[in-house]
Amino acid sequence: MNLLGKLSWSAIPFDQPIIMGAGAFMVLIIVAILSWVTLKGYLPYLWREWITSVDHKRVGVMYFLLALVMLLRGFADAIMMRAQQAVAAGSAEGYLPPEHFDQVFSAHGTIMIFFVAMPFVIGLMNFVLPLQLGVRDVAFPTLNSVSFWLTASGVLLINVSLVVGEFAKTGWIAYPPLSELQFSPGVGVDYYLWSLQISGVGTLLTGINFVTTILKLRAPGMGYMRMPVFCWTALAANLLIVAAFPVLTATFAMLLLDRYLDFHFFTVDGQGNAMMYVNLFWVWGHPEVYILILPAFGVFSEVVATFSGKPLFGYRSMVTATMAICVLSFLVWLHHFFTMGASADVNGFFGVMTMIIAVPTGVKIFNWLFTMYGGRVRFTVPVLWSLGFMVTFVIGGMTGVLMAVPPADFQLHNSLFLVAHFHNVIIGGVVFGVMAGYNYWFPKAFGFKLDERWGRASFWCWLVGFYVAFMPLYVLGLMGMTRRMQHYDNPAWQPWLVVAAIGALIILAGIVCQIVQLVVSIRDRELLRVSGDPWNGRTLEWSTASPPPAWNFAVLPDVAERDTYWFLKQRASAEQAQPVTQHQYEPIEMPKNSAVGVVNAFFAVVAGFALIWHIWWMAGLGLLGTFLTILVFAFRDEDEIQVSAAQVAQFDRIHEPEVAI
Amino acid sequence: MNVTVALDAGEAPPSASEAGPAPKRTVIVYGFWIFLLSDIVMFSALFAAYAVLRHATAGGPTGAELINQGRVAIETACLLASSYTCGLMTLAVNSRSRLGTYIGALLTFALGAAFLALEIREFADMIAHGVSPQRSAFLSAFFTLVGCHGMHVAAGLIWLAVVMAQVARKGFRAPVLRRLQCFSLFWHALDIIWVGLLTVVYLMGVAS
Repeated sequence: MNLLGKLSWSAIPFDQPIIMGAGAFMVLIIVAILSWVTLKGYLPYLWREWITSVDHKRVGVMYFLLALVMLLRGFADAIMMRAQQAVAAGSAEGYLPPEHFDQVFSAHGTIMIFFVAMPFVIGLMNFVLPLQLGVRDVAFPTLNSVSFWLTASGVLLINVSLVVGEFAKTGWIAYPPLSELQFSPGVGVDYYLWSLQISGVGTLLTGINFVTTILKLRAPGMGYMRMPVFCWTALAANLLIVAAFPVLTATFAMLLLDRYLDFHFFTVDGQGNAMMYVNLFWVWGHPEVYILILPAFGVFSEVVATFSGKPLFGYRSMVTATMAICVLSFLVWLHHFFTMGASADVNGFFGVMTMIIAVPTGVKIFNWLFTMYGGRVRFTVPVLWSLGFMVTFVIGGMTGVLMAVPPADFQLHNSLFLVAHFHNVIIGGVVFGVMAGYNYWFPKAFGFKLDERWGRASFWCWLVGFYVAFMPLYVLGLMGMTRRMQHYDNPAWQPWLVVAAIGALIILAGIVCQIVQLVVSIRDRELLRVSGDPWNGRTLEWSTASPPPAWNFAVLPDVAERDTYWFLKQRASAEQAQPVTQHQYEPIEMPKNSAVGVVNAFFAVVAGFALIWHIWWMAGLGLLGTFLTILVFAFRDEDEIQVSAAQVAQFDRIHEPEVAI
Repeated sequence: MNVTVALDAGEAPPSASEAGPAPKRTVIVYGFWIFLLSDIVMFSALFAAYAVLRHATAGGPTGAELINQGRVAIETACLLASSYTCGLMTLAVNSRSRLGTYIGALLTFALGAAFLALEIREFADMIAHGVSPQRSAFLSAFFTLVGCHGMHVAAGLIWLAVVMAQVARKGFRAPVLRRLQCFSLFWHALDIIWVGLLTVVYLMGVAS
């Protein structure tokens, strides 16, 4: 019996210069940051104010930061693939051997979906929801911190796989029987499964938390039809999380049982059924794309209305469309594998459903256009991202509807046409939406705006880079090139792949511009300093200071209209009213900071790593650790602190000139 | 037209959705309901897998050959009775009777443990006869579905023990009361899942 399970020095690929270089680089950066933080004495501050914080704004910012870092990792993978495919034609083999290339595309997909897009979107919802709803925090603040740190655990495990052992070579969907032990005997698939299981628990808890927040915690007077559209889209996305993520958990659990205990859910022998995995995976997977895109739709709705100076056109139809998508998203999963061999009737049904789900999305596009029509549009960076989105997303949506036709899909299935399509909707939809939201809400989070010039530069690089990188892939797909090719023999494909690689470099320039934008903005923050309402906003988050106090609102706002804050500003200017009478301040109960999230995540990492390497004693310790952490937390006596009325009043006095109403 | 005028004239009472943030107890129990729904969704995936693989016996034993309906009847009786005693415990909690709560909890724990022991016994017997989850896809699905419910019952037993320790140490404070309420929701939900399991696995399994 080996104390370290399957783990040995041979797990570290010393002979692979690319991997060792990348790993050394990452370790160096982490060590540099850690020693800088320690030497500067920031550690106690970080622990007190961020790591153990249960404030939804802090948690939101940490989610966003995590996603930004992982975007760099995922994008490095993308550049590597583009470079490989640009050169590996004919007799040239490129620089990535097949087993490494396979890990790169699997890691790229997994990271971009689970550890970039998800934390971006969840980070935005975390930060914005309670502020827009006019309340002080989410329903379960400590649980929120637990969720974040579980996501971070998944991130850590997937990054460890770069150096210790290997990552899956199965693609980000890990279809069996390839992902079964028989064909993937290494630890790659186990890294994939455990990092996603652990972060998946975090996501599920987030979904429960936010659904409860939106349905049970809203400012007085904020009926459902007065909620900002972002809250509606967040509600739909979180309902989808609650309904879809448990399916993923169950599916991965079955695959884990197959791999660890020789069960036969999806195996070739024992009458297992691999297609069942594919079905279950996409029962989660299709709602997942709406989990990502719906909050982005919400961001565009806020941005377009604010910068057009008009209420959103067709609020009710927007809400209806959102909820329609929420339901329909569960009725289209089979379009991911029309080639499974289901009957023509089944394929026909899912094809038609897929076309139907495009209708509410079309409604939304028209609503945004009509909101801008006749408005006085200010072309700020968030608006640029929104306009770029509208054009790009419509193109991506149309190629999607094209593939919803089963006979067409039989030709395009698994080709680069498909790859181009989903990048078209995920970059053009989710990423553009996240960037719009980032530029829009950044001043609220930190009290200063992001630099406009670098923001514009970043937008144009991303937009142009996207088209240069992905339009060639549509062409290549029609030329018959399948996805995930480490090497190809058809020289006619190469020019298109070279163009695509150039496009990826232009996107890289966009990412660099974003980093520069952040650095420049932090440097010039005194010049960019803003009040509580820098954009002449419409919703409640703009009615409090920037950055908001821990308690968000000294007095919970009373909501009488949709776009409450706008309404209040209009009334105040109409009545030439003096700022409102003296508030009656009351002490506020706020949740106490808690280390349970980060401690729990530590043990989750220990357990996950041990399970991946079959180190059973360590897995037992990790699980015991999580259990004890929760037990100790359950026996806490105090979980709230009181902010005194005087403290609240003092904050308000200082920030009064900032807040218009 | 007249109707509209009448509506505009009269001040409508504020609807429940405009009442402002709900009290903490409501929020927590509501959140727990959502969690239970997500748990049921997870079970539904396992049920679906079972339904797909029901006849994938790979030449091994079928459901009809395995099921001991007598034992399952006792298991079911234990679990349903434990739901009843859990209800009695809730009544005792509501009248703030510690002794009643302990008795209710003890009965619930005993019945739950008996259910679990019977199930473990069933599994052990099957495995001893070579009827293991490794034998066929059908048996993989069977053991996973039933075992997942069993693990929920085990988790419920641990939870019950912990929350009783809290009653003993902290008394009927608001957080303890909320946990007791969430526990009873969880326990009853396990019963609902068991009813589904009994129907799909044990009753329909014999028929095939």
